[in-house]
Amino acid sequence: MSNVIGLYQPGRSPLHRLPAGWKFLALLVFAVLIVVFDRLWQLGVGAAVLCVGFAVARLRPGVVLRTMRTVLVLLAVVFALQWWLLGALSAAVVCLRLLVAIGAANLFTLTTRVDDLVAAIERAASPLRRFGVRPETLGLLVGLTVQAVGALSVIARQTREAQRARDAGRSVAAFTVPFLIRTLRHADELGEALAARGVGDEDGSDAARLSEELRR
Amino acid sequence: MIEFDGVGHSYGEHTVLDDVRLRLDERRVAFVGANGSGKSTLARMINGLVLPTRGRVLVDGLDPARDGKRVRNRVGFVFTNPDSQIVMPTAGEDVAFSLRRKGIPKAERERRAAEALAEHGLAGYAEHPAQQLSGGQKQLLALCAMLVLEPDVLVCDEPTTLLDLRNKRRFAERLRGLEQQVVLVTHDLELLDDFDRVVVLDEGRVVADDEPDEALRYYRELVV
Repeated sequence: MSNVIGLYQPGRSPLHRLPAGWKFLALLVFAVLIVVFDRLWQLGVGAAVLCVGFAVARLRPGVVLRTMRTVLVLLAVVFALQWWLLGALSAAVVCLRLLVAIGAANLFTLTTRVDDLVAAIERAASPLRRFGVRPETLGLLVGLTVQAVGALSVIARQTREAQRARDAGRSVAAFTVPFLIRTLRHADELGEALAARGVGDEDGSDAARLSEELRR
Repeated sequence: MIEFDGVGHSYGEHTVLDDVRLRLDERRVAFVGANGSGKSTLARMINGLVLPTRGRVLVDGLDPARDGKRVRNRVGFVFTNPDSQIVMPTAGEDVAFSLRRKGIPKAERERRAAEALAEHGLAGYAEHPAQQLSGGQKQLLALCAMLVLEPDVLVCDEPTTLLDLRNKRRFAERLRGLEQQVVLVTHDLELLDDFDRVVVLDEGRVVADDEPDEALRYYRELVV
């Protein structure tokens, strides 16, 4: 699998056991710092911190490399482009920044169960309830977003295989159209499955009313 | 008790179901019929995923059109495609997700999810990425995520269509052992040997409603 964002890898390291909410907050702060930093040595420090994080998490290097492979290819392209447009130093800054930010996001998803993240977001959002925000819906949204990355990559793979089986070549339309249709069908089925599991059945929720409307 | 009282359904001009009258209180009921016969639509009406445009459905006296939430609390639903029923990344989280709306604390949710997984032959898969399970395991996971809510009725819409023979048998075995009332939509007629009642649908109407032997003989003649 060539997901840009890695899937959770079970483990017992301190990073795995850190509460999801704090970890998420730390990720946000780290990402903001990485965006603000524009010196190579500052980003180098960020990269070093990240490496310590990976070491502490005791993830198998194979897993980490696999999740970063697609990113590295993309970064090579960005680097070449930036070098040509803005010079080597600025290219290095941009690429290192991207690498460290995506790496940190990866470290987070590799060591955090989505269920824990969803629970943390629901807890954090619960004071917003009085303003009409539904924490459960917010949590579900985040959970499904992470899950969608996996689902879409499976659909993309299936579409490519079907394309190859029919010898349809590498045309963009031959991939895009079936990919979109499969994705929409998946969305339809997922919506039904969620409704069957009672999502949107919370009292007076907008989702319940909306899904009722859609079903009519 | 599931009652269909003169139920019909149309998408615009196209009539999918017409004047279906059934009272289902047997433990094992099957809907069979050709593609497009309306059997899936009929099954979806039991938990209010599709609402009738004519007539009325009652599940233990509750109308899914009005009491959707309470009906869905009683009726579990397993779909054909295992991939689109899994909403959380790991098997354990997916089962625990079902329990979330019951307001059960997290530790208790995880414990019950692990228990339910073990019961369905998925012990040790709690932290396993759900998308990497085999098709058969995914369908067992979907079943598990429904049964953990202890529904009174379980509706399955062609749950074995995408499974190989071994997994088909394994899934059928699970269904056989359930206490719940089961309504099964299927093309796998060999699953229906021990069923109490088989309803045959054709072009949106009930054309046979009998014990499996009789109903399936009629169905086989119908498709020839």
